[in-house]
Amino acid sequence: MEYLIGIQGPDFVLVAADSVAASSIIKMKDDHDKMFKLSDNILLLCVGEAGDTVQFAEYIQKNVQLYKMRNGYELSPTAAANFTRKNLADYLRSRTPYHVNLLLAGYDQADGPALFYMDHLSALAKAPFAAHGYGAFLTLSILDRYYKPGGWTGEQDASLLSILNKRFILNLPSFNVRAIDKEGVHDLEKVCGREREREGRERESR
Amino acid sequence: MSLFIFVGEYISALNHIFIDCIECIKHYFNCAVHKVSQIGGAVIFCLHHQTIYCKPKKSIERLLVSKMALASVLGSDYADFSFDTDKSYAFGSGLAAEPTSIDNLSFAIKGALGSAEQDDVEKKIEFLHGTTTLAFKFDHGVIVAVDSRATAGAYIASQTVKKVIEINPYLLGTMAGGAADCSFWERLLARQCRVYELRNKERISVAAASKLLANMVYQYKGMGLSMGTMVCGWDKRGPGLYYVDSEGNRVCGDLFAVGSGSMYAYGVIDSGLRQDMSVEDACELGRRAIYQATYRDAYSGGQVNLYHVHGEGWTRVSQDDVLLLHHKYQEKL
Repeated sequence: MEYLIGIQGPDFVLVAADSVAASSIIKMKDDHDKMFKLSDNILLLCVGEAGDTVQFAEYIQKNVQLYKMRNGYELSPTAAANFTRKNLADYLRSRTPYHVNLLLAGYDQADGPALFYMDHLSALAKAPFAAHGYGAFLTLSILDRYYKPGGWTGEQDASLLSILNKRFILNLPSFNVRAIDKEGVHDLEKVCGREREREGRERESR
Repeated sequence: MSLFIFVGEYISALNHIFIDCIECIKHYFNCAVHKVSQIGGAVIFCLHHQTIYCKPKKSIERLLVSKMALASVLGSDYADFSFDTDKSYAFGSGLAAEPTSIDNLSFAIKGALGSAEQDDVEKKIEFLHGTTTLAFKFDHGVIVAVDSRATAGAYIASQTVKKVIEINPYLLGTMAGGAADCSFWERLLARQCRVYELRNKERISVAAASKLLANMVYQYKGMGLSMGTMVCGWDKRGPGLYYVDSEGNRVCGDLFAVGSGSMYAYGVIDSGLRQDMSVEDACELGRRAIYQATYRDAYSGGQVNLYHVHGEGWTRVSQDDVLLLHHKYQEKL
């Protein structure tokens, strides 16, 4: 099952997505990137039905870039989120709704970091932390318990993802992690599951 | 070539007909179907071309169904062929003009034909991806290996199906799912690739070709296309391998196996694959993986067709019968 998480810090947003592309019981790809860069400081994380995810995310991505070309300046994260939600809503009651769940994370020079939660019924909510997927059931409560606005440093991420390894029956071996701050989008180190770590250690010792 | 027309539950007359050519079928089909169109639907097996034509009650169009798997036609989970043993149906038999009553030959389809009066939504046809195809990248290019069996339910319709489609001299596509869907859309892709080449004076990249296919097929999502294909080629970025399916998936990767025997193939490939293998070793790995899949999976078999894609394009490496491979590997043990 797919998993997305986003946490807003004092001057950054941290997002992570699992990196498995699956087709029924087979893992087709285990380094799949589910994040789409809408602009230099906006990321769209997209999970859901096969095909719909990529098509919808690329559609939003191209439209955000088109806006920039036409008007000379970029959409803010809030505007991009509302644009995305509007598109989801427009297609919701058509013959071809997009069955996707999204997290939109961005940094605005004026407003600071922002994280938006959107689901396939085109709900939109600005939230300090959010998650999608079965893993959300396990991780949201930890965030509820320990999150303090302005107090999330980022080292706590590994502990958050380790709870999935501990309790979640479906193995999510690795995650892509990125942070957005005023400098833009930064790739952080991939967080790997325990199995991967053990494999890595074995390979080194061989 | 022989053509049998079986008509469903409500129909009163059954015929065995011998037809000379496909043009005659089309003509005959229209006449025959018109006769029965008031009463029910028809399913036609053309054994020569190994295709199944299905005409549901309401629509006039023929729906060309897979030649690799007999689907749950018109919503049923299986088609139950119960033949009266007295009635012989011989391939290539002469014109048997005696009409048979429904008692002798019953073609019972669970879920009555034409009972669902839906406006234009035809019932979803589920295809069984009865095949094993695989492709993997390594240092010297891409190896593509496929089996060659086509099944219609539990019946093996053919052991000599070509499941690798040659899109152009440097791009290959594999076939899993509906054969008509795969070959049609990949042929259309070949046309688009050629247009790209003419417009841009440059070969199309594998990524772009697979994206073209994915976008074309996405428009028909949910309408019953069944296609699980791998687009393999070599472009200026090196070897390229993409998996594209009718659900809308498009994934780039180093190794894919598609079909009912894919899991068996994954096991063999995953344990034996090294990026620095020689070409012969890689070919042998692909061959072995398909053989192992055909050994375990009932819906895969026939021959192993092997292709190698390298800088100069693709080469057809070998075609080996699975039974001979079986003896060869047994001797080695």
